[in-house]
Amino acid sequence: MQGNEACAEGALAAGCRFFAGYPITPSSEIGEILARRLPAVDGKFIQMEDEIASVAAVIGASVGGVKALTATSGPGFSLMQENIGYAAMTEIPCVIVDVQRTGPSTGLPTSPAQGDVMQARWGTHGDHPIIVLCPSSVREVFDLTVQAFNFSEKYRTPVIVLMDEVVGHMREKVELPAPEAIEIVHRLGTDVPPEWYSPYDDTPTDVPPLVSFGEGFRYHITGLMHDRAGFPTERRDEIDDWLRRVFGKISRHVDDISMTVQEGVEEANTLVLAYGATARSAHQAVKLARARRRKVGFLKLLTLWPFPESLVEHLADGVRSVVVPEMNLGQLALEVERVVGRRKVRRVNRADGEMVTPRQILEAIEEG
Amino acid sequence: MSGPRPEERIYEYLRHKKKFPNVWCPGCGIGIVMHALVRAIDRIGLAKDNVALISGIGCTGRMPVYVDFNTMHTTHGRALAFATGLKMAKPQMNVIVVMGDGDALAIGGNHFIHAARRNIHLTTIVVNNQSYGMTGGQHSPTTPTHMLASTAPYGNVEQPFSICNLAKAAGAAFVARSTVYHATELDRLIELAILKRGFSVVEAVSYCHTTYGRMNKLGTAVDMMRALKERSVTQEAASKLDEAEREDRIVRGVLVDRDCPEYTDLYAEVIRKTKAAAKPLGSPRP
Repeated sequence: MQGNEACAEGALAAGCRFFAGYPITPSSEIGEILARRLPAVDGKFIQMEDEIASVAAVIGASVGGVKALTATSGPGFSLMQENIGYAAMTEIPCVIVDVQRTGPSTGLPTSPAQGDVMQARWGTHGDHPIIVLCPSSVREVFDLTVQAFNFSEKYRTPVIVLMDEVVGHMREKVELPAPEAIEIVHRLGTDVPPEWYSPYDDTPTDVPPLVSFGEGFRYHITGLMHDRAGFPTERRDEIDDWLRRVFGKISRHVDDISMTVQEGVEEANTLVLAYGATARSAHQAVKLARARRRKVGFLKLLTLWPFPESLVEHLADGVRSVVVPEMNLGQLALEVERVVGRRKVRRVNRADGEMVTPRQILEAIEEG
Repeated sequence: MSGPRPEERIYEYLRHKKKFPNVWCPGCGIGIVMHALVRAIDRIGLAKDNVALISGIGCTGRMPVYVDFNTMHTTHGRALAFATGLKMAKPQMNVIVVMGDGDALAIGGNHFIHAARRNIHLTTIVVNNQSYGMTGGQHSPTTPTHMLASTAPYGNVEQPFSICNLAKAAGAAFVARSTVYHATELDRLIELAILKRGFSVVEAVSYCHTTYGRMNKLGTAVDMMRALKERSVTQEAASKLDEAEREDRIVRGVLVDRDCPEYTDLYAEVIRKTKAAAKPLGSPRP
């Protein structure tokens, strides 16, 4: 099965019943598969006029109570930023897949890259939290797509699945979990009467319940700063409350959201930190280094944002260096450097449309 | 007579205890459009729970705050795209979209023509004040040539769009136009638009006396309202005018009313056929 195919299957398994998108390589298969598959499960597909409209339609469907997805690549991801901000502001669950290709602009269609790591975090304007997941194998694409829906529903937030061309187009033999073995999360509802309902209320988890339109609650949603009832406000105290709550709902649950794969990190004196397709080269490099009796730990991040800073700080504590290979000129490395200090970090970068090779990473490990 | 007087019935549809006064300038026509919309909904007898009012950005974009429906104030120009997603998720819901001329035709022009092309059942009301009011009277896609605007200080050199002709050419099932002077005609047209199965557009010609009107020395709100009365003609009257005379007139009435397949109906058929097929296309390979 292909990575993009696993993404579509993961979405269906998670209960996604709406897809709006605009064709772009290397992500188009996701929409094509869902255009075929969704009607059979009472789901709906629409090809919108652009990526701006695609995210808008996805949010509209989610407000109507349907789990919704869109998929794109760099140029489309840039256009989507406007309404990703709207989803963050209005706390409407939705999932956005970005199968990265080399950029900026039209770039290199369609060679792989990991150049959208910072755009995924900060692409839309203003302060906002975000969840970004990053698979490196076909099975992980399936699992993380399910997880993306679960997180978006649980935390009422847009979630970005940051794939790359290699992972999207790669074919691997996979065994998918049985449907009954897949955990599926739905957004929190409410049992209060409509007149008591506040779509942006303070709750112990920092995540307020979300009722769909058309169920008798008749509330207001706006991209303006709003009060707990959802109406526009310019009161500084209410704005501050809102900001703290939406950041808190992610930052207080980093342990729940952070997913990693770790190998030999405890006894290591060099740590290799990687993600996405590059983690495959990194894993190979770590195996080669170990064969040479090097004490090398492997840390693969499946969750890029929120960045698991406590974990990275802890694992980097006992090592001499942290090797960070990326198919960009150093994006997540900035975050690693912030946490462990610049002197420890060995960047291995490549942004010419080819994967970072195990040899390149091995050399960085050998340099120590 | 029992029950509330007709003018009091509107309170049932407003968030009047919480959200008034509104943001609009005294004398603005947007409130008239809002009232016409509420009268139309009241006359049809739509349940409030089953009405969604979606808007974009600008003066008209603020309308959803004041009405007691499922309301959503979205991003600039994108209201129709949000509404499309909501309508597909809830095909039974009456989804109504209100936009200004800049919102609908400049930044949202692409969404406007594609929503019309799909003929998805959304009721679209475009309040046309020929300018951007909220940002200070800049020229919009409907500003007439030669008129002044804060970004056309030497006169507008661009030619304007006709909202209705654009909607017609793009495939809308129902297109109508009236003005905020003709308030009761406006509510009848909105009523017809809501009832029409397909994409409908009602252009409500209004004015902005605070920015555009002041710059062009068009007088007070009352003067501008009077101009709407004097400049507008019914289609019948318009047909008796020659082209030069028609040029400056606002032609009122139902301009397009045609039956063509509606998008959510067509998609429901896709679902029905797909599910009816013994082996659905694209089912997992054995």
